[in-house]
Amino acid sequence: MSVTPEPPPTTAPTKAPNPPEEPSGAGLFSLILRRQSIVVILVALLGSALIGAALIRYQGVSPWYAYQTIFKEALLVDGGLTRTLLKTAPLILTGLAVVIPLRVGLFNIGGQGQFVISAAVAGVTAYAARGAGFGALIIGLLVGVLVGAMWASIAALLKTWRGVHEVITTIMLNNIAAGIIWWMVTTGPGAFKNTSQIPMTGPIDKAAWMPTIAGIPLGFVIAAALAILCGWMLSRTTMGFRFDTVGKNKFAAGYAGIPINRVILLSMVLAGGLAGLAGAMEVHGVMHHFEPAIGGTLGFDGITIALLARSNPIWTIPAAFLVGILRTGAAGLQFATGIAPEIVDLILAITLLLVSIPVLGRWIFRSRADKVQAAATSWGN
Amino acid sequence: MAAWIQRNKFSVILGVVVLVLAYIYYFSDKTTALSMYRYAWTYAVPLVLCALVGVIGERSGVVNIGIEGQLLVSAFAGFFGAAYSGSLIVGILSGVGCGLILGGFLAWTTVKWRMDQIIAGVVLNIVATGITSFYYKPGQLLPALMPHWSIPGLSSIPLIGEVFFKGTGVIALIAIIAVFGIHFGLFKTTWGLRTRAIGEYPSAADTAGINVITMRLVNVTLAGALAGLAGVFLSMDSTSSFERGMSAGRGFLALAIMIFGAWRPLRAAAAALFFGFVTAAASQLQADQVINVPPQLVGTLPYVLTLVVLAVAAGRVRAPGAVGQPFVKEGK
Amino acid sequence: MSTPANDGTQPRGIPTEGTPTEYDPTVPEVDTSEEHLAAIVTNEEILALPAEVSGFGAGNVGEVILDVKNLSKSFGSVHANKDITLQVRRGEIVALLGENGAGKSTLMNQIFGLITPDTGEVTIKGDKTPIKDPRDAISRGIGMVHQHFQLVPVMTVAENVMLGHETTKGGVLDLDTARQMVRELSEKHNLAVDPDADVEDLPVGTQQRVEIVKALSRKVDLLILDEPTAVLTPQETDELLGVMRDLANGGTSIVFITHKLREVLAVADHVYVLRHGAVVGEVTDIANTTTTDLATMMVGRSVVLNVEKDAATPGEVVLQIENLHVKDDRNLGAVNGFDLQVRAGEIVGVAGVEGNGQRELVEALAGMRKVVSGTMRLGDLDLTKANPYQTHHAGVGHIPEDREKHGLVGAYSIADNLVLNEYDQEPFAKSGVRQFDKIRAYAEKLREEFDIRSSGVGQSAGSLSGGNKQKVVVARELTFGPKLLMAAQPTRGVDVGSIEFIHKRIVAARDGGAGVLLVSAELDEILSLADRIAVVHGGQVVKEMPAEGADRAEIGRLMAGDH
Repeated sequence: MSVTPEPPPTTAPTKAPNPPEEPSGAGLFSLILRRQSIVVILVALLGSALIGAALIRYQGVSPWYAYQTIFKEALLVDGGLTRTLLKTAPLILTGLAVVIPLRVGLFNIGGQGQFVISAAVAGVTAYAARGAGFGALIIGLLVGVLVGAMWASIAALLKTWRGVHEVITTIMLNNIAAGIIWWMVTTGPGAFKNTSQIPMTGPIDKAAWMPTIAGIPLGFVIAAALAILCGWMLSRTTMGFRFDTVGKNKFAAGYAGIPINRVILLSMVLAGGLAGLAGAMEVHGVMHHFEPAIGGTLGFDGITIALLARSNPIWTIPAAFLVGILRTGAAGLQFATGIAPEIVDLILAITLLLVSIPVLGRWIFRSRADKVQAAATSWGN
Repeated sequence: MAAWIQRNKFSVILGVVVLVLAYIYYFSDKTTALSMYRYAWTYAVPLVLCALVGVIGERSGVVNIGIEGQLLVSAFAGFFGAAYSGSLIVGILSGVGCGLILGGFLAWTTVKWRMDQIIAGVVLNIVATGITSFYYKPGQLLPALMPHWSIPGLSSIPLIGEVFFKGTGVIALIAIIAVFGIHFGLFKTTWGLRTRAIGEYPSAADTAGINVITMRLVNVTLAGALAGLAGVFLSMDSTSSFERGMSAGRGFLALAIMIFGAWRPLRAAAAALFFGFVTAAASQLQADQVINVPPQLVGTLPYVLTLVVLAVAAGRVRAPGAVGQPFVKEGK
Repeated sequence: MSTPANDGTQPRGIPTEGTPTEYDPTVPEVDTSEEHLAAIVTNEEILALPAEVSGFGAGNVGEVILDVKNLSKSFGSVHANKDITLQVRRGEIVALLGENGAGKSTLMNQIFGLITPDTGEVTIKGDKTPIKDPRDAISRGIGMVHQHFQLVPVMTVAENVMLGHETTKGGVLDLDTARQMVRELSEKHNLAVDPDADVEDLPVGTQQRVEIVKALSRKVDLLILDEPTAVLTPQETDELLGVMRDLANGGTSIVFITHKLREVLAVADHVYVLRHGAVVGEVTDIANTTTTDLATMMVGRSVVLNVEKDAATPGEVVLQIENLHVKDDRNLGAVNGFDLQVRAGEIVGVAGVEGNGQRELVEALAGMRKVVSGTMRLGDLDLTKANPYQTHHAGVGHIPEDREKHGLVGAYSIADNLVLNEYDQEPFAKSGVRQFDKIRAYAEKLREEFDIRSSGVGQSAGSLSGGNKQKVVVARELTFGPKLLMAAQPTRGVDVGSIEFIHKRIVAARDGGAGVLLVSAELDEILSLADRIAVVHGGQVVKEMPAEGADRAEIGRLMAGDH
């Protein structure tokens, strides 16, 4: 009986420490073939930069000048890099808040809500704990993590208990969170009367601010360390194996005795905790009080970052840094050219679009493999 | 007819009870009742239209998470189309056109390119937010108000006529026609039989000689027109302005309504009216000082209601069998 | 020809000839009168043609209706069909014989327009235009009944039959006409179906009749039946063969895809044997052909048709099932008062038509499905409420029925799949951290021992062939030393070489002292492998008997619920 020729492995195993031999051959081309996923990302980024350039041109501004301004503002001007890293820190965390559930097969669109509600509660708590000095920082961060985890677990419980799809529930929870935080700072427990027209909570003690050491914000260090820790957890531990198994084949996971519901809940609790930490860090490290606009679109940017990072926690660091550059630089762009900072929303949306279209990889490599698909999500179960 | 009533006994009884209660309240307090009912219907119109978009998509096997984005872009295009051109017609057409284009985008990426349907929809929403917030210009006005008419005869029916046919705009009327038309189409015509087949068991439809890919493309794209109408209704009919993020999660409420309505247009419309009524009742109670809840929290009511409704409905209703799965023909 | 373990004396999946289990399908007598045949013709036009063209009338064979020349199709590097040439004439039953993966279904899916051939020519009734899609195939007189039924479960029989060629009255679906059509066809061809029943409520045998009615509701000249008897009891099989004969006498051509030799001999006029995607044999003189001849052609070497095993030496009871009740996915009773014992060192075969609660039984035993009432015990351990983790660690090995869905994570490497339910145990993990070197070494050992053909243990399991995938599952479930092995359809969709191998390992597990519960829809597999047979119907054991000397016809009757 003859053996049918085995097709070559289509996916490189991620678990084994010594990966099997990759396509041999020297030169740039084989390198490109081996790193298809990165090439696709780079092409997507280039594509969105070009489209963005066209849009800027259409606004009557030289795209070259605009991009220069963004990068100069974000990296080169005095304190620019610090500001960018400060912006990057919560983005890494909201990116992780999408990545981790994605590995389990859940699409957490609720980073925004988890972020703002944690920030609000942390802000109120830290204000109440003023006088506790450094302790207020610890309390604020812990409260942020807990509130975020609890908020996200609502969606997880609805999923495991009633089978409600997490995309709808997390979006609804975002809207509910928005209502609650507005109430908190207008007529609710967090309202703080001051001269400005913006409803906000009271300022926290300077002792509870998150420090910046030698131009590097502590928040960034924490976020990057957590990203590496998450990467290690997913690739090297039994918990990570459980996560991936549920995400890749839920039925086999059940067959193998993995408690699927507990894994789903845990992934969302982790995600919520990370987004909540981001919220608390934004209060302690940037605003030093809470106001509803604190979130901006940090939570939603997490989605773009997660897909740019191909749901790999470690890659969220550069992805978040890139988004951080754009966000930080956008303010300078508006000052220099008058282009609204929402241009970044548009450019990021286009990036997301290009990154997530599976055919991009197929066009470049003429392969039929849908490797680019970042996650398999299911509807209604 | 008798058989139909027999089959839908529960719905018929519930419908009659609700209608009787509605009339009792109407005759006891005409002004308040009418204003509440009208508020409910105005609130429900975009939800009904969007729920129909969801029903058509999912009955064909495509999850449309991007309704929210379709709604937002259409509201934007409708309002600014009308404001810049000075013509309401141009506004309506550009709103509907954008609904179609985004529907086509979703259809093409998910059906042709087999992109994950959830991811495609979420991407569409983010793109919609990006476009509408960047190109938004404050201070624009509509050239005129949308015309409202009363349908002679129908509008003099107490309650029903007064709510649905008195001083009503064209989009609200289309919504009524669309509910009945699509319900009829789905269950009584060849198109409906085939649509249900491609959403339930596409390979069976394929082997019966039906072109699954084309049919999904056409259905999802054309359904976008309804989302377009809903968007136009938001920015040009129920209000006369466009705000950033004005869709406010309605696209997702519509999906919940679709599930609550068991993927059937008539039931979905009833569910949308229920949502509208609860919202109307809450703001009425708020205004009457019966309940004392901060307005920000009352505003979250539809979202809380959605979570409750989904938790209750899930497990009781059955989604179309192939929803969310791309149709792959081997060896083609 | 490189199966090292094969010295020609090993067990086979192919049934024995001349053993007491022999059973010959009998084609029921069919009415061959002209009036009857004229009433059942599927395409009226052939009545006008002379018999030598139309094939009309008992035993007549007409002109060539399907002519396939040099057809080839590859999927990536796999040649599914190589240079296939065959002909089908009017009024003829052509059997397409071959083992799993020989390329039979691929070939017919090309005739039906589901797959486009790479090269070659398909001529239908003299028309050489390539077949674009199923719609085109249907309009040219081809009907196909697929192995996996192509019916919409939530629709009625009438709706399914009319799908794709609906009749309307003023734009409204005309269901009455469809009902009428179903009634007429079911009467004409002796295929009892109720037009208003929902398809999902029907047993598989009836669903198949719906499929045939659906195909006949279009004007068919050529009917393709893909493994139609796989889901039928022996008695239902006989009835189906009768219907096929009847249709062929009426001038309809039939292509019958199967791997069951005796059915071929009972009904076919002409046989093509496929192996590895190519036609390796053609038989026209059916009367003078034996199953051994066909088996030899099919497998490519002479086969000894016996599973070699010693008599069982049953020990103490390992599995005790008492009055078990389990519900299916639709919340209907699937297992209804099941009683069974499995002893150490014996293989108990569960025989029955699919859909009689076997799947739910196995899933309940594996902890994957809730038990409504009753008990199941593994030795002294009560497993009634256990979850899959607990059952596995209690010593239950489980080869699941659907290996792609439950048995494997396709995106994972072979190594990860081999430790799928032991990943958190020493030595594969230490305090929650996975030990990749240990996993790899273990996987290398099993790859060698179970002859898993792959480029390395890092290859993704999803890219393996069916047989090798199953070997991964079998290796995993046998190596941890189970007290009880549950094997559900262990050789479905697996090539003969792997079947032999898997059977040998199951017997070895038995000899090593494990109790084995074998669930299979292939009666032949049960008869050749089991020591004791439990026939199930309606979620209950209707009879237990020793495998030695079991009567095939009796089992068939019991399977059909006749007891």
